[in-house]
Amino acid sequence: MTKVTLAKGLNMGLRKAMEADDKVLLMGEDVGTLGGVFRITDGLQKDFGEDRVIDSPLAESGIVGTAVGMAMRGYRPVVEIQFDGFVYPAYDQIVCQVAKLHFRSQGRIKMPMVIRIPFGGGIGAVEHHSESPEAQFAHTPGLKVVTCSNPVDGYWMIQQAIAHDDPVIFLEPKRQYHAEKAELDESATPVPLFSSQLVRHGSDATLLAYGPTVKTAMKAAEAAAGEGKSLEVIDLRTLSPLDMGPVFDSVRRTGRAVVVHEAHVNLGLGAELSARITEECFYSLEAPVLRVGGFDTPYPASRLEEDWLPDLDRVLDAVDRSLEF
Amino acid sequence: MTPHDSGFGPDLVEVFGPKHEDGGPELIQLLTPEGERVHHPEFDMDFSAEQLRGFYRDMALVRRVDVEATALQRHGELGIWAQLLGQEAAQIGAGRAIRPNDYVFPTYREHGVAWCRGVDPLHLISLFRGVDHGGWNPKDHNFNLYTIVIGAQTLHAVGYAMGMQRDGVVGTGDPERDACVLAHFGDGASSQGDVNESFIFAASYNAPVVFFCQNNQWAISEPIERQSRIPLYQRALGFGFPGVRVDGNDVLATYAVTQAALQRARDGQGPTFIEAYTYRMGAHTTTDDPTRYRLSTDVESWKLKDPIARLEVYLKRNGYAGDDFFADIAAEADAIGHTLREGTKAMPDPKPLDIFDRVYSEITPELAAQRDGFTAYLESFEGAVH
Ligand SMILES: Cc1ncc(C[n+]2csc(CCOP(=O)(O)OP(=O)(O)O)c2C)c(N)n1
Ligand SMILES: [Mg+2]
Repeated sequence: MTKVTLAKGLNMGLRKAMEADDKVLLMGEDVGTLGGVFRITDGLQKDFGEDRVIDSPLAESGIVGTAVGMAMRGYRPVVEIQFDGFVYPAYDQIVCQVAKLHFRSQGRIKMPMVIRIPFGGGIGAVEHHSESPEAQFAHTPGLKVVTCSNPVDGYWMIQQAIAHDDPVIFLEPKRQYHAEKAELDESATPVPLFSSQLVRHGSDATLLAYGPTVKTAMKAAEAAAGEGKSLEVIDLRTLSPLDMGPVFDSVRRTGRAVVVHEAHVNLGLGAELSARITEECFYSLEAPVLRVGGFDTPYPASRLEEDWLPDLDRVLDAVDRSLEF
Repeated sequence: MTPHDSGFGPDLVEVFGPKHEDGGPELIQLLTPEGERVHHPEFDMDFSAEQLRGFYRDMALVRRVDVEATALQRHGELGIWAQLLGQEAAQIGAGRAIRPNDYVFPTYREHGVAWCRGVDPLHLISLFRGVDHGGWNPKDHNFNLYTIVIGAQTLHAVGYAMGMQRDGVVGTGDPERDACVLAHFGDGASSQGDVNESFIFAASYNAPVVFFCQNNQWAISEPIERQSRIPLYQRALGFGFPGVRVDGNDVLATYAVTQAALQRARDGQGPTFIEAYTYRMGAHTTTDDPTRYRLSTDVESWKLKDPIARLEVYLKRNGYAGDDFFADIAAEADAIGHTLREGTKAMPDPKPLDIFDRVYSEITPELAAQRDGFTAYLESFEGAVH
């Protein structure tokens, strides 16, 4: 057992995946010599060589587009987009090619590609470095979208995503990269990639969170416990496909659900979750499903980000509104 | 198989010559690193002593702004800062060549050009402090907001230039009227689709735009070789307009070349590509650690080509400026440092509710409802600081 950060867990997971399959390649801006601006690929070029850990020219469409060709040639490219806000030059390749090639080719072409994107805010950065674009990808058939909230999931999920035969958008909560460490048992059996996990038991309401907001939700549950409210927390982990089983089970017991994400509320994941919960758990609901998220404005300058991002107080406020409904 | 066997003719080295670390024979220079004035058949110019002192003052003060902002970041006052250290001549040379009617599209590192356009350095600081995404009014300075998405602004520059064409302010022969656009980007940006598309559009419409690429040899950790196997300025030819490489650490040459290219654009003769050959002496930004990817000996050798030191030598040796002048500049720099430190600390934080009003020309009812909900929420905290 070792204690690792999320950054380290991902780094170890990437190394494992590269050891396990020599078709696995990494590509992106500054991923080689520098080890990535967040050091997630630290040391990998040194150990696996420049053919397998590729510093790319500064062009995201180029990165993803050439990864498509490499995947067609039998490789398993893992590309890094340096920051969430810089994925858009590659958006056309992702949405029109990566997502659709399997369908277009009647299943003859596989796209076992992982697109790693550090996402979310709270790091005091300038514009385009703090965004949450998950809904844009989850809305695109042909892509799978997952996100890890902790070091242990980072370690396992990246390996599972790489081993998966469909393209996976892999979202990494950058604020957590170098935050708390967790015990990693490399001999454990991981939970399946496309599954949601109940991470805290409770009986009064269910908090649904993923990526960076799992921590917020856990803190909120802790604080609520002090006030005699028992909150259940689910880490969704997979955003497309959604794993609604654990969510329905929980909401049928608690009768209340609050979704927490950093992304804009309008047409965010919360809207889909709310619709599905309403469709399946209507008679168990004691209150409408509530959503707490970023406001429907562009991400603000960083001195306002803690106001803009859903925090413990805003989550608890929503919980109170749900309980009082 | 060597490239010769391929049937495609000679290899890159034969066509473009060997790589020159110093910029090669094509480098346009008017002032050597040693401070010697040299002449160039095409771009030579006479500079008055006053003009020379002006260049020095600009570069010295802008370096001070940069050093001060870097220090403010270290003290936790700024989230991040993108240093211009080493690129002062490229930016002041270009910045002083622009006329008031011209329009500039910067990246995020054009602090020297911003200075020439009269943008208060505190506006640059407020962006990197996280107070706003760009606090100056671009129209007041004919200087666009900083663009952080690499290369995106080059297309905006071409479109703006196309607008100038339609407004009849290009090629009229009236120096008060004619105008053009200066588009900044880096060596790394030259790989982006947007930048290459901007070249195509500019060439296709003969747009009055000057592409000014500061090749500072690095795109974060990636050396220029990752972006181009040939000198960048030579790419222009393939797009159908001229390209030149100027010593970006030589303020005189940069000024002369940029001025000529801007005039060409204003005259309606179309785009030019300028590669300002320079070096990023600092880190990419304050969060970067360049010791992980480059040799300190490289940095040392570029120190000898410092843009400010060479002009200082030239000014002193030729009696264009005396001790008083340099003392005055030093005092002025200290005053700027003081103003920036105090101004930064006194900068008011933005107000959370303001962001809702800026999304659309007129706030939508649903966004207004969201704002009102948030207002009520904030008010629910007793003694709240908001
Ligand atoms: C589309 C996009 N991709 C990635 C980045 C992250 N990034 C910021 S600066 C930079 C390097 C830019 O290099 P260059 O164009 O040479 O300009 P320099 O920073 O050297 O001035 C990168 C990759 C970005 N800002 N935008
Ligand atoms: Mg550069």
